[in-house]
Amino acid sequence: MTHFMHLLGLEQGGWGAALLLASGVTLALSVLGFLLGAVFGAAAAAGRASSRRIPAWLAHVYGTVFRGVPDLLTIYLLYYGGSIALTQIGKFFGSAGFVGLPTFATGVLAIGVISGAYQGEVYRGAFQAVDRGQFDACKALGLNRSQSLRLVIVPQLMRHALPGLGNVWQLVLKDSALISVIGLVELMRQAQIGAGSTREPFIFYVAAAVLYFVIAAVTASVFRYGEARAWRGMVHA
Amino acid sequence: MIDFVFFLEIIPVLLAGLPLTLQLTAASMGIGFLLALLLALAQQGNNRIVVWPIRAFVAVFRGTPLLVQIFLIYYGLGQFRPWLQSIGIWSLFREPYWCAIVALSLNEAAYGSEILRGAIKSVPRGLVEAATASGMSKLLTLRLIILPLALRQAIPNYSNEIILMVKGTSVASIITLMEVTGIAQDLISQTYRAVEVFVAAGALYLTLNFAIISALNALETRLTPYRARA
Repeated sequence: MTHFMHLLGLEQGGWGAALLLASGVTLALSVLGFLLGAVFGAAAAAGRASSRRIPAWLAHVYGTVFRGVPDLLTIYLLYYGGSIALTQIGKFFGSAGFVGLPTFATGVLAIGVISGAYQGEVYRGAFQAVDRGQFDACKALGLNRSQSLRLVIVPQLMRHALPGLGNVWQLVLKDSALISVIGLVELMRQAQIGAGSTREPFIFYVAAAVLYFVIAAVTASVFRYGEARAWRGMVHA
Repeated sequence: MIDFVFFLEIIPVLLAGLPLTLQLTAASMGIGFLLALLLALAQQGNNRIVVWPIRAFVAVFRGTPLLVQIFLIYYGLGQFRPWLQSIGIWSLFREPYWCAIVALSLNEAAYGSEILRGAIKSVPRGLVEAATASGMSKLLTLRLIILPLALRQAIPNYSNEIILMVKGTSVASIITLMEVTGIAQDLISQTYRAVEVFVAAGALYLTLNFAIISALNALETRLTPYRARA
C-alpha cells in the first residue's frame, strides 16, 4: 500500500502531480472540443432545418459520416491530413522534414468535428420540440430573425437539448483518451508514460480510470444543475 | 483529380481487415449480450447484495474510456502473470486478440444490461400477471412472455449498440490488431494520402453500418407485423 502511495503521491518521485496536471489537459481538451462541436453542431442543425437543398444535404452527409466512422479514423484523417498539408507548405518554404500539427489544437479540432456531428442531431431534435406557436409569437411581437432565435427560441431549445448534450459530453470525455494516439500528453498518455517508466501498468491505468470516472461524475452534476435551472418555473410533464 | 487507380489499389488492402473487424464485433456482441442478459435478469430480484455490485460494474465500464479498459486488461493484467498462469488463463490475456474481445465484451455487457433492464421494464405488468394467473411458473413466464417482448423492444437500441461496437473495434488497432482502422493508419503513413484512405475506409464502415441497420430494421418489421400494417 505504501508502494502505491509513493508511486501516485504528490511529493518528489511520485506521479500524482503529473497525473493531475494531465487530467487538467484532458478537461481543457474536452471542454474546448465540446464548445467547438457546439458551433459545428449548431451549423449542422441549421443546415438540416434549411429549406435549401445544398446546405441540408451537406449537413446530412456531415452527420452521417462522422457518426458512422470510427472516431480513431477521423483523428488520423485530421492529424495526418493536416500534417501532410503542412509538410507540403514547409517544403515550399525550404524545410525538409515532416512537420507535425500541434497536437492540442488537432485534438480540439478532432473532438469538435466528431462531437459536432452528434450535437447537430441533439439540436435538431430540440429545435423540433419547441412549440410552433413560439415562432408565430415572435413574428407578432415584431422580433427579427436573430432576436427571435436569441431571446425566444434558443433558451427554450436548450431545455430540450441539455439531456442529449450531457450524453454527448460523456462521449467527448471518453473520446479525448483517443487523442493520446497523436502524442498529446493528456491523462491517458501520461498514464502510459508512468506505466512505461515504472513498469507498474496496472496501478497507472487504474489511476487513470479513477480520474476519468471522477471527472465524468463531477461534470455530470454540472449538467444536472443546468437542466434544473433551464426548467425552473416550468411544470414537468 | 480523383485518382481512381489509387482507390482500386487500397480497397482490397482495407478489405483484408474486414474479417477481423467482423470477428471482433460478432464475438464481443455475442458474449456481451449473454452477460448483459444475465446482469439484467439478476437485477430483477431487487436483492441489494446482487444489485449493488452490478450497478458499480455498469457505472465503471460506462464511465471510463474503452482505451483505458483495453490497456488495463492487456498491459495491466500482464503484471499478474504468475498468478494468471497458476489458474491457467494466462494464454487468454497474453493475446491482444482475446484481450480486445474481453474488454469489448465487458463494455458491451455494461451498456447492454441497461438496455435490457429498460426493455424488461417495458413489458406490461398485466401480461406477467395473466401468466401467473394461468399457472405459468416464473421460468416459463420469462421464456414465453417477458423475454420475447423485451428482446423485440430492445432491437432499435441494440442496432445502435452494434454500430457503436463496429466503431469500437477500431480501438483494438492500438494494441496491434490490424483491423480496418489499423490498416488505414498503416496505409496513410506509407502513402501520405490521408484523405483518400479516409474516404475508402470510411465508405467501408458506412456500408457495413448501413447493412446492419437495414437487417435489424427488417427483423423488427417482421417481428411487429401489426405496426407495419398500420
